[in-house]
Amino acid sequence: MKLYDAIVLGAGHNGLTTACYLARAGLSVLVLERNPHIGGAAVSRELYPGWTYSNCSYVCSLLRPEITRDLELPRFGLQVVPYDGSCVFTQDGDYLASYNDHEVHRREIARHSKRDDEAYDRYALAVMRQCRFIKPLLMRMPPDPTSLKPRDLGELLYLLRRFNDLGEMEMYDTIRFWTMSIAEYLDEFFESDVVKAQLAGSGIIGTALGVCSPGSAYVLLHHYMGEVDGTIGAWGFARGGMGAITQAMAASLKASGGEILADAEVAQVTVEGGVAKGVVLANGDEYKARTVISNMDVKRTFLNTVEARELPGDFLEQVRRFKIRGSSGKLNIALDGLPSFPALPDDSPARRGDMHFTDSIERLERAYDDWKAGTWSADPYLDTLIPTQTDPTMAPPGKHMMTVFVQYAPPKLATGPWTDADRTAFGETVINQIADYSPDFKDLILHAEVRTPQDLENEVGLTEGNIFQGELTFDQLLFNRPVPGYAQYRSPITGLYLCGSSAHPGGGVMAAPGANAAREVLRDLRAKQTVRGS
Amino acid sequence: MTKLHFRTARLETPFHPRTSAACETNEWVNWAGYTTVNVYSQVEKEYFAVRNGTTLFDLSPMIKYRVRGAGATAFFNRLVTRDVTKLKPGRVAYVVWCDDAGHVLDDGTLFCFAQDDYRLCCQERQLDWLLDSAIGFEVSIEEESEEIAALAVQGPTSFSVLTAAGFTGLDSLRPFGIAESEGITVSRTGFTGDLGYELWMAPDQAVEVWDRIMAQRGNYDIQPIGSAALDLVRIEAGFIATNLDFVSAEQALRHTRGRSPFELGLGRLVDFEKGHFNGRRALLAERQAGAKYLLVGLDIEGNKPADGSLVYLRQRKEVGHITSAMWSPTCKRNLALAMLRRPYGDSITKDLWTEIYVLKELKYDRQMARCHVVERPFFNPPRRTATPPLPY
Amino acid sequence: MSARKTDPGKTVIIGGGHNGLVAASYLARAGHHVTLLEAAGQLGGAAVTGEIAPGFKAPTVAHILHLLSPTVARDLQLESHGLSLSAKRLDTVNLDEAGGHVSLRDGQVLRASRSPISDDDKANLAKLHRRLVRFAGALRHYLERQAPRLGTRNTDDLVTLGKLGLSLRLLGKQDMREFLRIAGINVYDVLEDELANPLIKGAYGLDAVLGTHLGPRSPGSLITLLYRMAGRVDGAAGALALPRGGMGAVTQALAKAAQAAGAELRCDSPVARILVDGDRAVGVELDDGTTVPADRVVSNADPKRTFLELLGPGELDTGFLRRIKHLRMRGTAAKLNLALDGLPGFRGLSPEDLMGRILVAPSADYVERAFNHVKYGELSDKPALEITLPTLQDASLAPGGKHVCSVVVHYAPYDLKGGWDQAREAFADKLIAQLAHYAPDLPDKLVARQLITPLDLERDFRMTGGQWHHGELALDQFYMLRPVPGAGQYATPLPGLYLCGAGCHPGGGVMGAAGLNAAKRVLADQEAGT
Repeated sequence: MKLYDAIVLGAGHNGLTTACYLARAGLSVLVLERNPHIGGAAVSRELYPGWTYSNCSYVCSLLRPEITRDLELPRFGLQVVPYDGSCVFTQDGDYLASYNDHEVHRREIARHSKRDDEAYDRYALAVMRQCRFIKPLLMRMPPDPTSLKPRDLGELLYLLRRFNDLGEMEMYDTIRFWTMSIAEYLDEFFESDVVKAQLAGSGIIGTALGVCSPGSAYVLLHHYMGEVDGTIGAWGFARGGMGAITQAMAASLKASGGEILADAEVAQVTVEGGVAKGVVLANGDEYKARTVISNMDVKRTFLNTVEARELPGDFLEQVRRFKIRGSSGKLNIALDGLPSFPALPDDSPARRGDMHFTDSIERLERAYDDWKAGTWSADPYLDTLIPTQTDPTMAPPGKHMMTVFVQYAPPKLATGPWTDADRTAFGETVINQIADYSPDFKDLILHAEVRTPQDLENEVGLTEGNIFQGELTFDQLLFNRPVPGYAQYRSPITGLYLCGSSAHPGGGVMAAPGANAAREVLRDLRAKQTVRGS
Repeated sequence: MTKLHFRTARLETPFHPRTSAACETNEWVNWAGYTTVNVYSQVEKEYFAVRNGTTLFDLSPMIKYRVRGAGATAFFNRLVTRDVTKLKPGRVAYVVWCDDAGHVLDDGTLFCFAQDDYRLCCQERQLDWLLDSAIGFEVSIEEESEEIAALAVQGPTSFSVLTAAGFTGLDSLRPFGIAESEGITVSRTGFTGDLGYELWMAPDQAVEVWDRIMAQRGNYDIQPIGSAALDLVRIEAGFIATNLDFVSAEQALRHTRGRSPFELGLGRLVDFEKGHFNGRRALLAERQAGAKYLLVGLDIEGNKPADGSLVYLRQRKEVGHITSAMWSPTCKRNLALAMLRRPYGDSITKDLWTEIYVLKELKYDRQMARCHVVERPFFNPPRRTATPPLPY
Repeated sequence: MSARKTDPGKTVIIGGGHNGLVAASYLARAGHHVTLLEAAGQLGGAAVTGEIAPGFKAPTVAHILHLLSPTVARDLQLESHGLSLSAKRLDTVNLDEAGGHVSLRDGQVLRASRSPISDDDKANLAKLHRRLVRFAGALRHYLERQAPRLGTRNTDDLVTLGKLGLSLRLLGKQDMREFLRIAGINVYDVLEDELANPLIKGAYGLDAVLGTHLGPRSPGSLITLLYRMAGRVDGAAGALALPRGGMGAVTQALAKAAQAAGAELRCDSPVARILVDGDRAVGVELDDGTTVPADRVVSNADPKRTFLELLGPGELDTGFLRRIKHLRMRGTAAKLNLALDGLPGFRGLSPEDLMGRILVAPSADYVERAFNHVKYGELSDKPALEITLPTLQDASLAPGGKHVCSVVVHYAPYDLKGGWDQAREAFADKLIAQLAHYAPDLPDKLVARQLITPLDLERDFRMTGGQWHHGELALDQFYMLRPVPGAGQYATPLPGLYLCGAGCHPGGGVMGAAGLNAAKRVLADQEAGT
């Protein structure tokens, strides 16, 4: 039987990234994917004839540019096209748009509040400062603050030095930013509720927090610290859908000699004497490897695929209490034509970007109260895009595809698991909200895929349907992610690693955990280092 | 404001019908969301018109705030570093204002119409800062940039031209004075360092005022000038520009980029005796500890403008950088403003060099040019301040 | 030492709450000529006993003593000035809506009715409580120290930061990891992880959020629980006590201590403004126009009141004011004081149970649902309650055989939609009805009631926003960030003006540590000659 240098469990963007870096170091790598298709939550799927859905993640910004370059993703077909504009529809028939052009954007805010218009630059700069602070930390291993090892001390010192470089007031502002709610943070800049509502959405997407929950300001960074072609905070479409990213990674991997096996569900990681030796598939096939690297979330990895007796009790306890509550649903809709939004002028660039229908902080927070009570939001926060206006490859000419991200939907309802009737009712809630602002929308629907967190778990394998593979709260960030003492991609089992978003720096189609994990594996194997940074 | 403003990404100023007709080059620049002329015909021609005849410059995009109320004087006295209680109605003051750290947010001109009625005219938008500064003061603040059109009429013959065009009362108008004439506010202010005036009016008066002045072309040389020429004359005059020579403290991503009035060579505008003002405690501390930087005027050997160059001590040690540079056709000197790390430019002024890249047939040549720290303004003719102005 | 011999001069203290009194004592003992000016007719701020009906005395606002600094009590010899406790270790009895209850003390389950507590829960609770006490103990040391500034080269700051790092390490690897994990977590998740019984979780969940604008699910609510547990009564961490004679007795003892130290305490002396000359605070002017000159001014008024009203923005920089403006001070709790002509019977509770502290917090979810409303300026549909019957410990508070009942109501917003005037009586009625669910005969025994809303707290006790702590307790308003950067070390941007109230580190509760720390800072500055 072939002994691989590394087996990667799961062909999501992080698993593929790890595999690529390892293969580029000359290691023999096998990626095992449970589904017949690869990509994890970065997929493009034809679920209605002629239409391609990015049916999980749907826009691109966070993917680290250094990874795109290292893995030569453009050469393997990845093209990211930025989009302009965004808007929030207000209940009084107006809207607040945002535009890429600074002056046009400014004047749009001024329509709602002159003061907020002139405060916007101060806000953008404050957030940019936070991005600037955090960005270099993304591609580094978090230090263990309890350790006295030179590398940990060095990394800790690096962290402290970067913090100290901020200057006194900015240090305080940074602590405050990390600990405040997005609503409170925005209150320090803006007076207009709709301006705040527009910006606050980024603080809750994918989280089990509300806009009033302390810590949600930080989450905002997970939607701001990305870039397209050096423009920080810009978002774009991967041409051909988000699957284009993972397809390019797969092609890059194959070009470096890596292997991918689909329809290969892992049943168990084989462990002997505390060392990972390989895996056994559900169909009984066995594969052996020097290292096993899991792209699955920390719960799925250690609670489902490793025998409990192989793991220390306190580690298992920590894994069990890892917070990974799903909070988001998704609708993917095939449309017979472009829906009209009477509030928006026909030529408005805002309709080409993300559209929202929640115009106040209170509505956003009430949506969260519903989630806490174990129901989907009666008045949810939607992040709606029609990418086919930009990307011609995803629907026939003149036809369109709409992607609707829905915040909030619980992993399990107060009444029990999601039923088909629940799913239908949930979909109707979302469709009705959009239809309130688009009279012809319902008539244009050809097909709608409604996905609950439960569906996401069943299909992609994300526990409880959490899109970040674990919530982004202080107790699960940096050296606490996924659990204290095991934040450096390694596990209590020698040769078993984590490379998914459960690890630092967390979720979003960023691929940083995958790269960071590869760096640690290569160090441990004393192989050629292909990942930059430390 | 309509919802359709996205269709007009750049606004037109009230003078646009005239400026666009006069613009031969079609070289436009975005200034605060307005499309404005960069060069009408030739930069040199426009430059010499400022120093020789009369020029018109459309400064409508300037940001203007109207501040009214019983607390207006106290508000400004706390906002800016100068003593505003000394500013009399009918007078204008050049002011800077700082954040808590004593770093300059912006500079501008403060018009006092009455003790309870002021206009602040500046480059950067800061309603947010002004409103927070107004907490506890009895004032109302209104952004009126779009409601006021403005035209700079500058040059040695500007007094004569305006008088000929029917504006009265200018002969007794001293520098930084305000006069009302023909329903238009005229201030003897400007950004050129020469004799000149700025006219402030309602947008619907703009075209008519332009035409009235231009009607004097038969007797005087009158040229519209664009931003490119203005940038040359303002350097000669020693004026600094926000976000060219220094970064507004609220726009600096890195906290170390803020600069104090002392560092910008504007210490004369700081009045520690007048009571509390924004940044006072930080500036006092800075005065005690010594400023970190100093903006200086440089005279550079040779005739190649040194834009964006680094400044070295003994051709080796980097001590600062050039913020603005030009060849001055009037002074016949190669001039620059430079931000140097103290004590360079202050107590150490010898053996300073700047590295200039000169483009020669598509190839850059690196040249080291010796530079000398010199007094500003570089150009300051008596006609600038003579009252009554000399007629031509 | 020569500096000590010189006359430290006059110090004016604005406000005679417990922190003002503590600062007055320490400064007077150090030789300052202290004049303390209290706007109200009596000293004590929010720690006062008031007569709600003839002969019925209730703790007007604060009703339980759990954080009083042992250092302050010892240094100021409060016992010799008349402070004694009528109860030292109050049990906590938490009620559920179906008539069941659980009785807790120091992490032990004393009694439980209806639903028995599993052995697992008992063991896990004891373990969790011990761990929390351990962490709270590590924090305790920092309550009575000035918070450091960041990014300075000041030796004291660096030493404090170094010690902070060291005490984290001294927790040991496992505890340090756990502390770093939970430092910013919400109390709800920790309780869910460790415990099953909803009543126990409800009790801890409510304790974590009392006086804050947080719900149990708000991140940061675990540290507020630790903060609460950092107190020590009689050597027991997190224990609850009642002073004999009501909460006013604490401030009376503090006042006696201050007077004994030579401080002059003046009531009915509302300060109109702080006087400034030559960029220095030089005294105050009273509402009646008289001035009290001083070499320094120490303000026990809340930060917003101090800077925006008493000092005025003209002496401050805009950036600092912006921070003050954004200091969050949203009051969330109301107080209901009842005069009763007999002891009410609570369903399922023995008379012994009534001696303790009674909570209505049937589950952490219940508390969270109560919190939902306050976010939107609404009254909690079913508020969580903290109830004491102080007359059971101290019969002197009411005529013979009669009782007072003191209830903290969570949540009631300061900025109630529609305004308080409309809602006040209906809300009081609703609270009585809610109490009647647990104590059916309580309405029949009612002689008088007093509802103190957050708006009343602002008007009558001069707490901006009706915020108990003079500034919400939240991670971004803790420690060196409290009340705002630039005033986090008691000294303010204006030389000669200091803060000493709960708006400063370490915050509210009848603790006195802010007053103690502020006094130390004043004395340190005086030694340094600034």
